[in-house]
Amino acid sequence: MLAIETDALTKDYAVGFWRKRPYRALDRLTLQVGPGEVFGFLGPNGAGKTTTLKLLMQLIYPTAGHAAILGKRVGDVGVRRRIGYLPENPYFYDHLTAEELLVYFASLFGYGAAERRARASRLLDQVGIGPERRLQLRMFSKGMLQRVGLAQALVNDPEVVFLDEPMSGLDPIGRQQVRSLILSLRDRGCTVFFSSHILADAEALCSRVGILAGGRLAAEGRLSDMLAFQIRGWELVVAGLDQTTLAAFESSLSRCTRIGEGQYALELPAGTSPERLAAELVSSGATLVSLNPVRETLEDFFMKHVAGSQHAGS
Amino acid sequence: MSVIPSVAVSVFRESVRDKVLYNLVFFAVLLIGVSLLLSQLTAGQDVKIIKDLGLAATSVFGLFIAVFVGIGLVWKEVERRSVYSLLAKPIRRWEFILGKYLGLVFTLAVNLAVMAVALHAVLAYQAWITPPELAKAWEAPAIDPGLLVAIGLIFLQLTLVTAIALFFSTFSSPLLSAALTFGLFVIGHFNADLKNFEQVVESPVVAWIARGLYYLLPNLAPFDVKAQVVHGQAVALGDVLLTIVYALVYIAMLLVATTWIFGKKDFK
Repeated sequence: MLAIETDALTKDYAVGFWRKRPYRALDRLTLQVGPGEVFGFLGPNGAGKTTTLKLLMQLIYPTAGHAAILGKRVGDVGVRRRIGYLPENPYFYDHLTAEELLVYFASLFGYGAAERRARASRLLDQVGIGPERRLQLRMFSKGMLQRVGLAQALVNDPEVVFLDEPMSGLDPIGRQQVRSLILSLRDRGCTVFFSSHILADAEALCSRVGILAGGRLAAEGRLSDMLAFQIRGWELVVAGLDQTTLAAFESSLSRCTRIGEGQYALELPAGTSPERLAAELVSSGATLVSLNPVRETLEDFFMKHVAGSQHAGS
Repeated sequence: MSVIPSVAVSVFRESVRDKVLYNLVFFAVLLIGVSLLLSQLTAGQDVKIIKDLGLAATSVFGLFIAVFVGIGLVWKEVERRSVYSLLAKPIRRWEFILGKYLGLVFTLAVNLAVMAVALHAVLAYQAWITPPELAKAWEAPAIDPGLLVAIGLIFLQLTLVTAIALFFSTFSSPLLSAALTFGLFVIGHFNADLKNFEQVVESPVVAWIARGLYYLLPNLAPFDVKAQVVHGQAVALGDVLLTIVYALVYIAMLLVATTWIFGKKDFK
């Protein structure tokens, strides 16, 4: 059974004042996410990522197509017992405390009073909310609200978690904590579907990604397949290199970046032999610090597909 | 069905922590207290003035609570998107609406109870300081069970107004919802005039429209028994029961309409 499945999912909005015209926010999205996967749903602003998540949560209704979560049609109240959702830039109730909010949300799943309090306490610890859990939420910063949002998404130990921009508003420590949290969810067998425009997070966390652009799925697949690609060149980091030696090799380099006194990062184009250059540099008295291939990154891949989709759409 | 009480408790908790509510209840209690001073200015009318002012304050401030909290019940959640997290939980949209409504009704009940206690305290004090020979001149005793009937009907009227405010809150802005709710409250007290329109207009179409509006718009006049209670006149049990049934039917229709509109809504 697939964790998440969409079939030609489409959403049109009527725009305009007198003469309403349809604006297609999502165009025939068909994708499948297996159980236990961490699926990154990537795309630029306005691509349709949040629209997709809202359709899956049935906060909006599709114009056409279908979607299912854990084998049940979206909107099935029973399946909502098994999922969690973090909306983008979450906002909660001004006059409730973080603890009260989690206890309230836990009550919607039918847990007893003691169980609700225990879950609230554990989850707030997990997301790094300390004594401030007793403050009213109107006093929380954006980052703190984001953490509370994550906690409420996990209050029922879901099998599938939907996260819309989970890193938004977090400091570097918070981002690290969220990454660890997502990985621990994966290790528990939870399916994680998260949308982001921060590609580094997707590279670090996801087994599969889908790239959305202009409401259409531009690419989708295993990250390792997408990035299996060509070596674009080589990067050598050398120390103890003098200017005279550098000048002798400069013509064979695609880029040279000075990173310190006598230290340089040298980029060689694909097709050249880095071993020969490395040996010559070492024999001239320099020290080879590192030698690495330069591959196409997810960002390069993303830009290629997003730009391509935007050209196709215009 | 346990989600409805959870939503209701959350609404109550939010409401009682809202300073606007505190201020409204404070001013209502203050006004009830002030009625004691005013009553000293008129001989023989003291208890009547306290009851009149007290019931009016309860009605007016209760109306403000019903409208100003009611119009934001759904609108605020949608505008601030707190509804997104909530509706992703195992709660149906109609359960959300019903929970919100019951939460505000409970808030109103508690606030009206506070005002009722304040009013009875003032009346009890007035009865205590008034010599028995002067108290005999009162049309009704200071502590009169009829007061509870009047307050009960005010509460029922406010639950209907709350349902109206909640209905508008699902699809219009707070300002418009407040204007429409207050407007219907005023119209509701003059609704009976629409029934007799055919006696003053020649056009049968206009008369027909007026009669239709009479049945469609809420008739709030039967909920107001202040004048009868203040003058010590009995309120007929049959009238009270009919008013209760009317309120429950009208509220049910409004809640059905509200859940239908909310159920179809796209949260863009």
